[in-house]
Amino acid sequence: MKSLAELQAIRDKARMQMQMRKDNSEAIRVVIGMATCGISAGARPVLNAFVQEIEKRRLENVVVTQTGCIGMCQFEPIVEVFVPGKDKVTYAKVTPEKVPRIVADHLVNGNPVMEYTIGSVMK
Amino acid sequence: MQELSLYILDIVQNSISAGASRIEISVDEDTAADTLAIEISDNGCGMTEEQLKRVSDPFYTTRTTRRVGMGIPLFRLAAEQSGGSLEISSEPGKGTRVSARFVRSHVNRLPLGDVCGTLTALIRLNPNLDFCYMQSLDGRSFSIDTSELRRILGDVPLDNPDVMSWIAGYFNEQSELLSGETDQTI
Ligand SMILES: Nc1ncnc2c1ncn2[C@@H]1O[C@H](COP(=O)(O)OP(=O)(O)O)[C@@H](O)[C@H]1O
Ligand SMILES: [Mg+2]
Repeated sequence: MKSLAELQAIRDKARMQMQMRKDNSEAIRVVIGMATCGISAGARPVLNAFVQEIEKRRLENVVVTQTGCIGMCQFEPIVEVFVPGKDKVTYAKVTPEKVPRIVADHLVNGNPVMEYTIGSVMK
Repeated sequence: MQELSLYILDIVQNSISAGASRIEISVDEDTAADTLAIEISDNGCGMTEEQLKRVSDPFYTTRTTRRVGMGIPLFRLAAEQSGGSLEISSEPGKGTRVSARFVRSHVNRLPLGDVCGTLTALIRLNPNLDFCYMQSLDGRSFSIDTSELRRILGDVPLDNPDVMSWIAGYFNEQSELLSGETDQTI
């Protein structure tokens, strides 16, 4: 017998997918590595810093999601930023202190913070 | 990782990767028995007996990005280092249950840490999944079940900022009540 809870989960999932389809085309996506390597390197406070900053600035067009290990564990916490129509930007060794600038410069003003990107951090 | 709440966050990632739609987390403390038990169960794809055997083996992973899987071995280590143990049961198509038991007063037992931070991170990143968190201390308990919140919220998503801050507020209130009342009885 199907439960009401199951039915509601199905209904909400359908709604979520509708919203995601809309978001995918317009929204900026912030993707945080949440595998064991990311979490032990400090992904949780980084995520919370993004959420706080995004809410403080009332940014409506930003979706924060997670991904697994992308094979560069020594550079975690890794955050990938997808701005529609632009190349992906990968930030490495992100700390909560770096987050306000990434949000202000990149998410709001469209200028990636080059010195925090994986290319610069690897040097 | 220096907090059990971070291990919980990591073990739940396995459930998310396994396609789970509902994940139940429980933290049960019993001061008389001197135990702290953490259980994470999901309704994800589960594991075959063969897979389950290999998970107990460190370095087993079905991921393709890296050859080693450290999440479960690390959680097991944290439990064993505090005189406890870890058990996993799983059934393909049904789900998985990971249970860790810790000796509560053991010097090497890691603090629970910011469980609220773990729960809100999970909900914020996965507003379409259901999480049920239950915490008990000497028989008294509280719980948060997102499926119940959804029934109240209707169309409003769980990752709405006001909803998220209500969840954090409710959590902190309840956990304070739980630990506070024990202090009075001591
Ligand atoms: N809840 C679960 N449901 C299904 N499979 C799981 C679950 N937890 C762990 N596994 C399996 O065990 C493997 C090892 O897990 P883990 O030690 O956390 O390493 P990793 O997540 O990095 O692969 C996973 O890759 C997966 O195949
Ligand atoms: Mg894992």
